[in-house]
Amino acid sequence: MTRKQRRLVLIGGSLGMLAIAVALMLNAFRSSIVFFNSPTDVVEKHVGPGTRIRLGGLVKTGSLQRASGMRVRFEVTDGKNEIPVTYNGVLPDLFREGQGVVAEGELSRSGVFDADTILAKHDATYMPKEVVDALKKSGHWKDDYTQRASLPVGGAEK
Amino acid sequence: MIPELGQYALMLAFGVALIQGTMPLVGARTNDSLLMNMAAPAAVAQFAFVAVAFLALAECYVVSDFSVLNVYQNSNSTMPLIYRLTSVWGNHEGSMMLWVSILAFFGALVALFGNNLPAALKADALAVQAWIAAAFELFILTTSNPFLRIPNAPFEGQDLNPILQDPGLAFHPPMLYLGYVGFSITFSFAIAALLEGRIDAAWARWVRPWVLLAWMCLTLGIAGGSYWSYYELGWGGFWFWDPVENASLMPWLAGTALLHSAVVMEKREALKVWTILLAILAFSLSLIGTFLVRSGVLTSVHAFAVDPRRGVFILAILIAFIGGALSLYAWRAPLLKQGGLFAPISREGALVFNNLFLVTACATVLIGTLYPLALQALTGEKISVGPPFFDLTFGPLFVPLMIAMPFGPLLGWKRGDLLGAAQRLLAAALLAAVAVAATIAATQGGPVLAPFGVGVAVFIMAGAATDIIERTMVLRLPLRSVLSRAWGLPRSAWGTAFAHFGIGVTLLGIIGVTAWGSEHLAEVKPGQSLDIAHYRLTFDGTFNRIGPNYQDLVGHFTVHRGSELIGVLQPTRRTFPDRDDMATTEAALMTRGVSQIYVSIGDPNKDGSLPVRLYFKPQVLLIWLGAMFMFFGGALSLSDRRLRIGAPRPAKTKLAKPALQPAE
Repeated sequence: MTRKQRRLVLIGGSLGMLAIAVALMLNAFRSSIVFFNSPTDVVEKHVGPGTRIRLGGLVKTGSLQRASGMRVRFEVTDGKNEIPVTYNGVLPDLFREGQGVVAEGELSRSGVFDADTILAKHDATYMPKEVVDALKKSGHWKDDYTQRASLPVGGAEK
Repeated sequence: MIPELGQYALMLAFGVALIQGTMPLVGARTNDSLLMNMAAPAAVAQFAFVAVAFLALAECYVVSDFSVLNVYQNSNSTMPLIYRLTSVWGNHEGSMMLWVSILAFFGALVALFGNNLPAALKADALAVQAWIAAAFELFILTTSNPFLRIPNAPFEGQDLNPILQDPGLAFHPPMLYLGYVGFSITFSFAIAALLEGRIDAAWARWVRPWVLLAWMCLTLGIAGGSYWSYYELGWGGFWFWDPVENASLMPWLAGTALLHSAVVMEKREALKVWTILLAILAFSLSLIGTFLVRSGVLTSVHAFAVDPRRGVFILAILIAFIGGALSLYAWRAPLLKQGGLFAPISREGALVFNNLFLVTACATVLIGTLYPLALQALTGEKISVGPPFFDLTFGPLFVPLMIAMPFGPLLGWKRGDLLGAAQRLLAAALLAAVAVAATIAATQGGPVLAPFGVGVAVFIMAGAATDIIERTMVLRLPLRSVLSRAWGLPRSAWGTAFAHFGIGVTLLGIIGVTAWGSEHLAEVKPGQSLDIAHYRLTFDGTFNRIGPNYQDLVGHFTVHRGSELIGVLQPTRRTFPDRDDMATTEAALMTRGVSQIYVSIGDPNKDGSLPVRLYFKPQVLLIWLGAMFMFFGGALSLSDRRLRIGAPRPAKTKLAKPALQPAE
């Protein structure tokens, strides 16, 4: 086999692979992408029931209710709008009222967000970036969310 | 005093790196052996200074010097010594120190043990290494200084993020960094080869141990991170296609491709230009990984603190090195001479096939990871690309690769016999078919394709064994000569077999746990029992336990199989008062063969019941056991005689000598 033929085989093979990869990716992008929405986005964009989305915001203080079994119900707020969320399962370690949360699932016909995943955060002072942006957009961002994480609070007083 | 010493040492290291990055380069161009010979001592000196800086930081942590901001923010005097040490790299600044320390360490190793390298190549490679080191030292000094002081030192520190207070952290980040940074050596050698404008089989022989070492460490680092998230995060997932995981997977894929293409280059002097490109790509992906993890563009446990200046700085490093390297490649690669010819069906052809698939799979991971960032930057739309995307792209690309894997080692160089290889794999294929049938018969439920996955895994394992069996002539010769043949086989042949076998083992684990794992969520009161797989867990109650810097709420479960008591499980909720009462889940695991029972608990309800997550994870340990096999295979390959000897064989020197001038 000459060098030229070998190169042709190689280039042909690579192009074939590329085509397969692109086809796979386009197919996957069409069916498996999840959009992030704040409660206001959900209201304004009229996200319909059955569409899989991520919902991010703060857990409204005082909204957490434990129903029968493992079912919990709480509201996610961005200061402007609130969406009720139900979730069946054990909440992540750092799930707290008044703190940021990202839930993945879909809206039911009654307007309740049926979450199947509550994303775990890894640090009490850490807030998901998406939630920060959503809060900033709705004007409910407080600077002390990040300051707590980065400044030695009270270090000097001690 | 100690922190100032550390900072000063780091500044000196930066200065030395600048010298190391310029003088040898000039020397190599002007053929000035004095300047070229500066590289090695400079590399050693640079490592010494960086080591002093790193040890100074470690000392601050060991003695809990809270006047240092970094120590104050990430440590606490009540933490056990091991966690005070691991918190050195459990934060942004410290982990960058670790990064640079390993970089300088590898540079020093090349300087000390690279005596058989051509002087110009060694000088160039060390200079490139110095540029990388200088960039990251400057990054630490200007944006991430771990030695900053607080004017009025507080009495107590803020504690390390509880989720990172885990033995896994002692091991996973250094391993991962050894892998990432190990590829910097191959990168430096690739750039040096491009600068020199020539490359040969000897180059591949020098570079291959580094690729192997980096690949081995990366394999263990990824496996360690996966096991950590499995037991520490409390939901029993071993891989999440999280961008941070992807960031470590991409260099692994490119590194695996490089490992294989370097073999072709070493044996047959073919694929030179491609190998150089892979060497550049593997380290570029490591840099991209560092950027994704360290810049805070991603939401993850690794995004310690978000400071936009850092992101911009790392991005600048990224663009300079990747852009520079690829431009140099485009300019100089056409100068490299073409290598040997081979037919499409041959060992070389099989390795090209391997490379095509690995690189394509790597590209899909890269696109899936970066697409959300790009989309957000361009349109402001926020999306997440999760496991379904990768299952649909990475999966189909990996299946042919897996099936083809056993054929590779059985094909001859230059021109292979596919039919012959297929015949020799007949036994392996039969074994796989039996495994498929047995799996279908033994299990109910689970995905339809899962038994075939088991078949592929068995085929890979049996195929890896086939090569060894063929070459040692088991069953055809008396045991004695089989053993002597086995001993006489090149270690790299054993290495290949073990690593390929490990892939099969890991695959088997992944299939087992995803297809037949079971999960049980419930709330239990003392005395109640839960059933999973063949086991019954009885909840006896909870008790409290006090640790050095935490309090535990321990659930006590007894496990029965039938009527036989087989043990107790004590899943724990661990609360850290110094950290805002942050709680972590300490899951309890019981190993049964290679399967595990996994229990984690939530906060108790007011009525005294306890939320419990109970999993049965069949064959889960195989996932990490397979990684051990891969590591061991790499280690065997690394100990191969031809890599230890390193020098080109006499027959090759005729080709290599005139091209590579010795310095003296």
